[in-house]
Order: sequence, then C-alpha cells, then structure tokens
Amino acid sequence: MWTWFYRLASPPHVYRVAAFLAPWLLGAAAVLIGYGVVAGLVFAPPDYQQGDAFRIIYVHAPAAWLSLFAYTTMAVAGAIGLIWKIKMGHAVAAATAPIGASFTLLGLMTGSLWGRPMWGTYWAWDPRLTSELILLFLYVGVMSLRPAFEDPGRGDRAAALLAIVGVVNVPIIHYSVSWWNSLHQGATVAKLAIPSMPGSMLWPLLSMLAGFMFFYGAVLCMRLRGEVLNRERQATWVREAIKT
Amino acid sequence: MNVGAAQALQLILRRELCLSFRRPDQLLQPLVFFLIVTTLFPLALSPELSLLRDMAPGILWVAALLSSLLSLDALFRADAEDGTLEQLALSGQALSVIVIGKTFAHWLVSGAALVVMSPLVATALGIPVGAFPTMLASLALGTLTLSWLGSIGAGLTVGLRRGSVLLSLIVLPLAMPLLIFGASATDRAITGMSPAGALYLLAALCVFTSTLAPIAATVALRITLE
Repeated sequence: MWTWFYRLASPPHVYRVAAFLAPWLLGAAAVLIGYGVVAGLVFAPPDYQQGDAFRIIYVHAPAAWLSLFAYTTMAVAGAIGLIWKIKMGHAVAAATAPIGASFTLLGLMTGSLWGRPMWGTYWAWDPRLTSELILLFLYVGVMSLRPAFEDPGRGDRAAALLAIVGVVNVPIIHYSVSWWNSLHQGATVAKLAIPSMPGSMLWPLLSMLAGFMFFYGAVLCMRLRGEVLNRERQATWVREAIKT
Repeated sequence: MNVGAAQALQLILRRELCLSFRRPDQLLQPLVFFLIVTTLFPLALSPELSLLRDMAPGILWVAALLSSLLSLDALFRADAEDGTLEQLALSGQALSVIVIGKTFAHWLVSGAALVVMSPLVATALGIPVGAFPTMLASLALGTLTLSWLGSIGAGLTVGLRRGSVLLSLIVLPLAMPLLIFGASATDRAITGMSPAGALYLLAALCVFTSTLAPIAATVALRITLE
C-alpha cells in the first residue's frame, strides 16, 4: 500500500513521474489561467473605487500567494531531505527556490505597478511590502548558500536548514496586514466569513490562483527532472534515459 | 574526566573570554568600526543636531548591526581552522552547550561592549539622556538576539573559504525585524511615547532566539563539520 510513497525517494521513479505529470499540470494551468484572464480582464466589472486598475489583482494576488507557498514547499522538502536523508527532498527544494524567487519578484513588481495609481507611489516602506522583500532576500540567501559548498550534499543540508529557519517569516508576511496598520488592504478572499468581493470578480481570481498553483507544479516537475538528471549524472539509468 | 554541562559551559565561557582578552586588537576593532560608521552619517547627511536626533535611533541600530556582524565571522572560524572545534565536538559534551557558551561569550565581548559604548555615540547624535535607559535596554536585547541569529549563519558558513559576505546575506534578512522594533523603541523614547510595546517584542524575540537558535546552530555545525 505504501510502496508508491517509498518509491518517491528513488530518482529514476521521480524522473518518470515528473515527466508524466508535467503536461497534465501545464494543461490544467492553461485552462484555468485562460478562463481567469478572459473573465477577469474582460467580463469582471470595474471596481467602484479602483476602476480598471484593480485588475492587476489577477496576477498580483496569486503570485504573492505562490511566493509563500513555494517557500513553505522548499522548507518542507528541505526538512524531509534533512531529517529522513531523502535526496529527492533536496532536489525538490533546489528546484523550487528559483521558481519561488520569481513569484516573489513578480508579486513585488505587480504590487508596485498597482501602488502607483492607487497610493501614488511605486514603493512604500509598509510592513507587508517590506516583509515580502525580506522573503526575496531569504530566497537569495538559500540559493547562494547551496552552491557555496564544494560537497553538494553538504550544500543541500545547509540550504535546507536555512530555509527552515526562514520559515519564521512566512506567518509574519501573512498576518502583517492584520498586525500592523498597513497601506496594503486586508484579507479580501481568504476569510472564513463571506469574501468581500462579488462572484464575478471572485471566481476569475480563484481560477487564477488554482491556475498558478498548477503552473507552479508543472514548472517544478520540469525543473525537478533537470535537477535529478544533474544530480544523478554518474548513474547508469541516466545514460540510458538520455539515449532513448 | 567527567564534566557536567553547567561546568562545561563555564569552562567554555572562561576560555573564550580569556582568548578574546589576549587579543585586544580584535576586541577593539568592531567597536572602532561602530564609532566610524556612526561618524559617517553626520558627515553624509547633515551635522544639524535637530535633524540627526530624528535619525539617531536608525543610525545607532544600523551601525550596531554591521559592527556585530563584522565579528560574527570569527565566531567559529578560528576554532574550526585549527581543529579545536572538532575536538570540542568529540569531547562528549553536547555540541549545543559549546555553541551556547561560544555565542554568549561573543555577545559579551561584542554586543555588551557596544551597549556600554553607545551612550557616547548617542550623546554625539543628540539623543536626550532621558531616552538612554530605553536605548540601552533595546540594544542589549537586540545585540544578544543578533548573536544568536548570527550563530546560525556562522555555523552554516564556517567551512567556506569566502563565507563572510554570504554570512551577511544570510543573517541580515533575519535581523530585519530586530532593527524595526529596536529603532522604534528608541525612537518612541526620544519623542516621549511609551516604548514598552516595542521593548516587549524585542524581549520576546530574544527569548525565542535564545531557546531555538542554539539548536539550529548546532545542526548547522554538524552539517559543516561532519
């Protein structure tokens, strides 16, 4: 019953599973993002206060959400690698870091483009913005620590530990809008009560969010394949896999 | 020889302090660096005291952060290079005791010394004497927290030849909340508001890091030493 789970620790198996999953995830992402883009940018009504400028939320919110999700994934994968000495955990963490950093950068950039018409400035030293920037620095730290070691196994473990330490920042970012008086608006979607958004605006956003998740999964699978090939380049199965 | 954990901690502390005081130049350099950095700000911004007073908490904290970072690189490096650290790790004592001892000693010679010297700099930057207790308390809590955070970074980069830049890259993002609360506590004391909230948060950060950072730093050292 658990064999499928144990097999996830085997590089050739991960390589094959990732190859199988990637096109499906990419397809789902294309459908969901396609619907989200059309419904969000064309059919959703303009906001009564923000006008058409609110539409950047369809990229901004999923990117910012994914930046945190990818960081958590990286830390959990690193922890799995560190605690159970499963090499594939480190491979997942290494494959995730650049994707997460890109989402963080995208979230910061779209946020600053949004801030210009809304707050009259591209950047404000606001708790949420600052903590998101710190997240970017944490990604950079993890990404530069890994290759700094000559022994790749040691670099993996060091990067995993740093990622775990940095997890402290994730709840700080998430709750920054409720803990501090922030320029950034409070939670509009992820509330237990009814979201403060009408359905015609909300559904495209949720679709974009799911689409971004699938897109992240697809890119992770692709990067993971490259990562596994690179890590296992001495193994015979890699030579066979490349030949065919 | 059987040595209990408390005695081992005491021995490590004494050894570290003894080593530091044998090399007074290394002890003084971060402090002089702290003085120089705080001198740079009035030169670069404006020598007007009213303006400086507004910026003083920030200047003080950035300088403290940088100078404390400067000495962090040496926390485990010298001992790792001559093999002492491996001997200590093999001594049968818990590695975390050794980490706690070394980090606390580092704070005593860098952070605490900085706290003692800060009134001098604060006066030069125009901070009123009434704000000194808050400033001293916040710097004491902050530099201790920074030493704990730094021990993780120093543990991770000890085996690397060019680890000092990487160390700052790792530690500074983690230290940013510290800077925010520390500077705001001092700032509130200067403007006459109650600094209690920020001080409590600093104390909470200090307790949080002093309990968990030694564990993380121990794991980091195990990774780089093995």
